[in-house]
Amino acid sequence: MPPPVEELLEAALVGELTVVDRRGRPVTYPLIPLWDGVHVYLTSSTLFSRKLEHIGANPRVALSITDPVAVGGRTDRATIQGDARVIDEDPHGGWERLLPIWAAKEPAIVEFLKARVALPLFFERALIEITPRRVLYWPDGDAATAPQVTELIGEAA
Amino acid sequence: MTSIADGRSTPELDARAGLEKLATYPHHILTWVDDAGYPVSVALEADIDPIDRAASFEAPAGLTVPLDRDVSLTGSHIRPQPGYGYDERRHVTVWGRLTAAGDGYTLTGERAWGWDEAEVPFFEYSERSLPQSRRYFDALSAERGTPVKPRLSLGWLTLRATRLPFLSATVVPVLLGIAIAATHGTFDPVAAILTVVGASFVHLGLNVANDVFDTVQGADDANVTPTKFSGGSRVIQYGLLSLRRMATIATAFYLAAGAIGLVLLAFWGSPALLVIGIAGFVVSLGYTAPPLKFVYRGLGEIAVAVGFGPLMLLGAYVVQTRGILAWEPFVASIPVALFIALILYVNEIPDRRGDAHAGKRTLPVRYSRDAVITGFNLAAGAAYVVLVVGVGVGLLPIPTLLMLLTVPLALQVSRGLRPNYDNPYGLMAVMGDNVQLHLRAGILLLVGYAIVLILGALAPGLDLFVG
Repeated sequence: MPPPVEELLEAALVGELTVVDRRGRPVTYPLIPLWDGVHVYLTSSTLFSRKLEHIGANPRVALSITDPVAVGGRTDRATIQGDARVIDEDPHGGWERLLPIWAAKEPAIVEFLKARVALPLFFERALIEITPRRVLYWPDGDAATAPQVTELIGEAA
Repeated sequence: MTSIADGRSTPELDARAGLEKLATYPHHILTWVDDAGYPVSVALEADIDPIDRAASFEAPAGLTVPLDRDVSLTGSHIRPQPGYGYDERRHVTVWGRLTAAGDGYTLTGERAWGWDEAEVPFFEYSERSLPQSRRYFDALSAERGTPVKPRLSLGWLTLRATRLPFLSATVVPVLLGIAIAATHGTFDPVAAILTVVGASFVHLGLNVANDVFDTVQGADDANVTPTKFSGGSRVIQYGLLSLRRMATIATAFYLAAGAIGLVLLAFWGSPALLVIGIAGFVVSLGYTAPPLKFVYRGLGEIAVAVGFGPLMLLGAYVVQTRGILAWEPFVASIPVALFIALILYVNEIPDRRGDAHAGKRTLPVRYSRDAVITGFNLAAGAAYVVLVVGVGVGLLPIPTLLMLLTVPLALQVSRGLRPNYDNPYGLMAVMGDNVQLHLRAGILLLVGYAIVLILGALAPGLDLFVG
């Protein structure tokens, strides 16, 4: 992973996950990206699990980080293409292994979790694990400039 | 123009509405699926013309944008809150096909979807998404060949399923009945404990049975704006407990209450207790259960007032006095009855659309906002009038006037109704204050009777009644 993109992943409060629906169309969901140095993780409540169904049918996804407000004013942008895997063996608590890096970006989640009785289904969650394959990086964030492309595993295109 | 698409938890937008929203975002994310089957996203700034359902932009450098398939333009916004997280979440996506236009492209919008928490609050969004969660768990269960269900710890589940915090509605009148009997010279601690426990079981049975019958009749499923004070426990809707399990729990509570009732009848029984016990059971179960269904016939508020007012208070009183009735506990029960009915009444305001859908003819379903608020003011005012008149004619002891200390809280609830009438989540604070109004009024009445008991012990000749 290019270091500037790692920095973007670590800073981003939100990224845009795009999955492919059954008719081959892109569907985009804003989510908090969590980076552990190898994979990009996202979590989804079962309430909003349509994206998980799409990934189950087609694991090819992309995550873009585009909003300067969500990355502390940085203007560079990136899109990471990869293969996603849904981890939902234990929707009740399996996702909590990512709680430390989630709480680093959204500290309030710890307090919400303590009151999970108030909204129990929000905390029935699956993990989305993305193995990055290809990275497009725009150092100045401007689409008028061709992106820097980094192939990570084979070729995506 | 919006419509609810199949399975979609928020309204699907038409393309024009979607483009109008998209135009408010500072940048847009163009996304398509490349020839290898992976999505590609690039941020750019599009010129948006909602009238013509069009969005135009310069061609992104170094990338081949397809003209033969659907692409999308997405806007996404959050406001970071350092040390907390973020708020002001909203996003919108417009799908369509591209046509080449000079050095760029024009997207012709065909459909759109999005969510703005300022328009659909997160809790409502979550409730509207329940079918999706059910579908997901059903698919997981089918895949694994064993049921996979949402879970809560036993403690939280018990608290949620029985709505245990609302037990104050029972404890207040029962303790008041026992306290009044004590001022009349009769107090049996064993009977008092059995009365509190038995009445609590009836109340818990009512709470659980209410969820069962509201689910069977569709009211709780139709309600997408429940709050912690309204809309039921939701444990059935959330898949935490089955309808059958809840029915079993309700039956168990009623059987336990019935067993305690038989013990009370056997050792402290009287015809009055028998009548009150039967009436309490009928009112409790008949609240939502067919064929009575009081709440569906516009009688829910009256049923709750009678059940958690005179029946609870007089029931506790006649256990202690072994059947001797008096006017004092009846008059004391009226303010308690009115305040408990007002808890239900205000809690029905956010439920009124779901209730109407299910055929529940509650007062907020039947009457206008102005009439409902006037109704609150009249009922709360009547509670204080009954208290003052009761003291004035010598039926209630003077220290019970302490309940007047809750007048400012009643005014606060009244003032909060109008601005929050159509905002279930804004109404939550008002509903919380309204619960406190009943609790504090009851506690102050109890304090009044405690003063009567203490002064009666210290100065036996002291008369604390007017006249």
